[in-house]
Amino acid sequence: MHGRPRKAPKPEDEAASSAKAQKLRALQTQFFTFHHNKIYTKEAVELSAKLLEINPESYTAWNYRKLAVEHYLNLPDCNPDSIKSVLDDELRVVENALRQNFKSYGAWHHRKWVLSKGHSSIDNELRLLDKFQKADSRNFHAWNYRRYVAESMKRSEQDELKYAEDMIYTNFSNYSAWHNRSVLLSALFEKKAGGFLLKEKVLPEEYEFIHQAIFTDPDDQSGWFYHLWLLDQTVTTDSPLLASSWPGHGSDVLLVGDRCYNGSAFSPFSALHSDSGSFPIVLYFNQPVGGVNSSTVTVECGFNKNEDLFWKPLSASNSQTARVWVAHLKVPSSDLHSTVEVSVGHSKGIISTRGFVYSHPSMFSFKVHVQPMERDSSQVSVAENISLREENFKVYGTQSEESIIDSFDQLIIKNGHETTASNWRFEALAKEIECFRELLSLVDCKIGKLTLARLLKAYDAMSYPFANKLVHSEEVLELYSDLMKLDPTHYQFYKDEHSIVLLQKVTSSKESLLQHCFQYKDSASSAICDPICLRLNNLSLSRMGAFEKLLWVQMLDLSHNELQSIEGLEAMQLLSCLSLRNNKLRSLTTLEPLRKLKSLRILDISYNQIGDQSIDTTRVHHVAWNIVALDHETQR
Amino acid sequence: MDDIPPYPPIDPTTFDLIVIGTGLPESIIAAAASTASKSVLHLDPNPFYGSHFSSLPLADLPSFLSSHSTSPSPPRSPSSDDPNEFSLLEFATRPLYSSIDISTFSPNLLDQHSRKFNLDVAGPRVLFCADKSIELLLRTGTNQYMEFKSVDATFVGDNKGNLWSVPDSRAAIFKDKSLGLVEKNKLMRFFKLVQGHLAGEQDVKISEEDLQSPFVDFLNKMGLPPKIKSFILYAIAMADYDQEDTGVCRDLLKTKDGIDQLALYNASIGRFQNASGAFLYPIYGQGELSQAFCRRAAVKGCLYVLRMPVTALLVDKDTGCYKGVRLASGQDIFSQKLILDPTFKVTLPLGSSPPLPLKEKLPFFSLKDDKGKIARGICITKTSLKPDISNFLVVYPPRSLFPEQVTSIRLLQIASNLAVCLPGMFVLYISALCNDDDQGKKLIHAVMNTLLTVPLDSESNAAVQSETAEIGSAVQDETSESSSGGPSDSGEEKPTLLWSALYSQELTLGQVDFICSTPMPDGKLNYNDLIDTTFKIFQEIYPEEEFFPETSLENPEVDGDASPET
Repeated sequence: MHGRPRKAPKPEDEAASSAKAQKLRALQTQFFTFHHNKIYTKEAVELSAKLLEINPESYTAWNYRKLAVEHYLNLPDCNPDSIKSVLDDELRVVENALRQNFKSYGAWHHRKWVLSKGHSSIDNELRLLDKFQKADSRNFHAWNYRRYVAESMKRSEQDELKYAEDMIYTNFSNYSAWHNRSVLLSALFEKKAGGFLLKEKVLPEEYEFIHQAIFTDPDDQSGWFYHLWLLDQTVTTDSPLLASSWPGHGSDVLLVGDRCYNGSAFSPFSALHSDSGSFPIVLYFNQPVGGVNSSTVTVECGFNKNEDLFWKPLSASNSQTARVWVAHLKVPSSDLHSTVEVSVGHSKGIISTRGFVYSHPSMFSFKVHVQPMERDSSQVSVAENISLREENFKVYGTQSEESIIDSFDQLIIKNGHETTASNWRFEALAKEIECFRELLSLVDCKIGKLTLARLLKAYDAMSYPFANKLVHSEEVLELYSDLMKLDPTHYQFYKDEHSIVLLQKVTSSKESLLQHCFQYKDSASSAICDPICLRLNNLSLSRMGAFEKLLWVQMLDLSHNELQSIEGLEAMQLLSCLSLRNNKLRSLTTLEPLRKLKSLRILDISYNQIGDQSIDTTRVHHVAWNIVALDHETQR
Repeated sequence: MDDIPPYPPIDPTTFDLIVIGTGLPESIIAAAASTASKSVLHLDPNPFYGSHFSSLPLADLPSFLSSHSTSPSPPRSPSSDDPNEFSLLEFATRPLYSSIDISTFSPNLLDQHSRKFNLDVAGPRVLFCADKSIELLLRTGTNQYMEFKSVDATFVGDNKGNLWSVPDSRAAIFKDKSLGLVEKNKLMRFFKLVQGHLAGEQDVKISEEDLQSPFVDFLNKMGLPPKIKSFILYAIAMADYDQEDTGVCRDLLKTKDGIDQLALYNASIGRFQNASGAFLYPIYGQGELSQAFCRRAAVKGCLYVLRMPVTALLVDKDTGCYKGVRLASGQDIFSQKLILDPTFKVTLPLGSSPPLPLKEKLPFFSLKDDKGKIARGICITKTSLKPDISNFLVVYPPRSLFPEQVTSIRLLQIASNLAVCLPGMFVLYISALCNDDDQGKKLIHAVMNTLLTVPLDSESNAAVQSETAEIGSAVQDETSESSSGGPSDSGEEKPTLLWSALYSQELTLGQVDFICSTPMPDGKLNYNDLIDTTFKIFQEIYPEEEFFPETSLENPEVDGDASPET
């Protein structure tokens, strides 16, 4: 039951509970004797029932009863009537136990077990549930069991929806009822029963419904929780899409054996130094997928066999699903000019973690130019002396601005498939935005601001491919800044969101991205064309994001931020030089993503908080660094 | 009442208190006095309990109303020729009902079943689940004599015949289909403010200045839109007069009082598990309430005599002090105190001044007949005004039916499951405060014409029609269009009127004077004010006694042969 204050026990209550304990102990001793000797006489079984009535939490007693039931059912003179009576007894015991404590896991589980035997009428179960759910409408045990019963008796989702709706009308502060509604609707969406239950028809009605709860009482959290689910349903496209890739479609990749290359025709954005004689192809999906392999992704080029390609998921956990997948193409050491064609998903097999099939085959192609290495030892040493010092950067000049235009646009895969089908999503989001602006004009509420920020962000993300800019990013940033002040307990969460939106804004247009691109030029360098460093320093970022736009980055300066984690950085496969100086990284395990960056050569993690706290030293030796230079001047 | 059956003389002949009339205030006083161990004689000239608070069979209602509509002829016999030491003061009756208008559109059906009806004389009236009447019933154990059912909803009506449900709780606001999102938010925030204020939360305290200001000003200050203001003022706080027209408003609600009303309403919702709405209605009608208190009194030793008119007051020849009453049977009964129901008036002999000992009491209550009148209407239909729901309240806020409407009109529909009418029928009680009979009729007719189909085949119908014409365009007149179909259960059409009674009732307050009089049923929806007045009268006659001391529940007596005679 909810909202009942706990009272200190009175002396007589304590006396009663100690008497109960006394009785329970005696019962328990007796019970264990029966249990250990496998005695399933009538008396023994009744004793366990008595025990469970007093203490429904006794798992052993429930298990004993299961054994007893099995024992009876296996008797030679067993007939349908006796089975029924044995099982009915069990149901009665469960009901009595639930009356004692209707949140007893053991009791609910036992009931499920009895029903799974298939001899009991399931219709009674709904009646029992009605009783329990009336007594406590938010009892999630009852709701869980209800889902089981509804499924077993093949009760229609519509009937159950109606039930949940009635419960919501009685009191809309009911997480369980809203949750059940979301479960039922999800099931219906999946079935696409008769076509009439399409998201685009149902979701607007659900939004309308939840508005009633949110506007009536914005302080109630259960409504917001359901709204978040609706938003997720609106934004998430069912089938996964390829969001971006490296190399981008139509790009020219120049592979050089060392850092100096002569070919001013090539953009520094797509020139890549490679010692290992290979270069990566990175696929970035909009959601985690599995099943990426040489049969689902075909790479056609003159110098590699598709079958030889090994696609590897890049995720923090070593699961077989990831948003980012990488394969390495081996290149010959001789001069080469070749076109590579990559087609993704032309044969089925790529499946999202939620079980949806990648159903929009896409294709991209790029050109590869290989410039063999000039073996000059003095040049190699330069690479090892790179240090990201302020005086070594210069604003990326206008001289080659044209070259970036192409590269920038090439970063994003245009997905035309969803445009027409997504109109309702736009409309739904636009309506929600309007609605919550109105709510915020009435009341100042944190969750309202957060929701508006999420809506605006989702709207921008959805319209970006068409508008090519993030219309609302300033407003979203302001909302998160506001929230950081209003709700200090969740500061870090807002900060992370703020960081990601800021990064999306920075990477949203060529102009804004160029402001952060600098040419690295140190005095010792004799390179004709200097490498480009993306400097995202001093932005007070607490998280990294927008990776799908940053797959090309080879030098990244993230110094003087507030990073506590670099989760997702593994997507930046070309990264060779990274500064994490002056951040808030606390342990070496937070650097785990770096292990997946095979090209990383230079890392600066000075002035962090590594070692400030007692850390998991056991894992440090697992981090196998392949870093040439580690510029590590710890603070203390 | 002309033929008084031979009656055995009442014994004893001296009581602490004589109560005449069995209306609710008299019955409560009789029960309270009996509980305080006073010897009480409770008389009623009628053959039933309840007087002006009774519930009557269909055929008896018109005769009851008309018997109280005229002043009887002057005293039959000259007073004071009595041989003993008393002088006689004749009772006069006050005309309490006027403009009585009974229309029957289905004579056969209703006449045969007259006794199946229990029609409240003083309707519409309900008990709020948390109001004083419920407290009194529970405290005195009187609830054991009664059963109640919930009045399930409250609606606000408009001149198009629509009934809008009143969003009176969090769940109701959520569910409401007519309010916009912004309105829902504003209303719920207002409720939370009031709840916070009542719970004594410091940061949501409503200032003293606001509490003393008119409630309507406070609602404006809170930025509530007109529709919500109307819901709160007239359908929750139950204000009688137009709160936004100080010219006509005789009862401007202060914020403090408005909030108390909201608190009462809020406490009423969900107080009893099986009552979904804020109100209760007694099975068999409101008359049960008076009867239950009479039973309570009888259990405590009160003597009941019905069908016993009282003809005169006995006063001491020398001091002019009250001594007793003379019954229609000719017997003289004496008591120290007397309570009269509002039917009776004592005519002092011309030129004489009120007896001395009573003069000092005069300012306490004085009879104010300038309080105006209340128009009441009772309608019987065969279909509910709203499908799927049978017992509910409808409020027509001032100006909702026509521009000159200055008072709220309330309508209560009660179905046969409350044993007030034949199965399948519905009784509608309508009332509105008014200055005079014509104004009252216009108010009641406005509601009837909006909601009901009045058949043409009745004499009285002409009157209804002409009234409609007077009301003008504000009221939709669809009687002629929809009458052809006759009674219809389609739900789309308006219910057809089977029977109606319209009348105006005087509003008289309680009086502690030469003699004590109880008040007439007031214009309120519940009994709160009447119970307050009753309590004051009891305190006045028995200042030293407690009004139903708490201990009275300690030894609840078994309801056995001690029940009042009927």
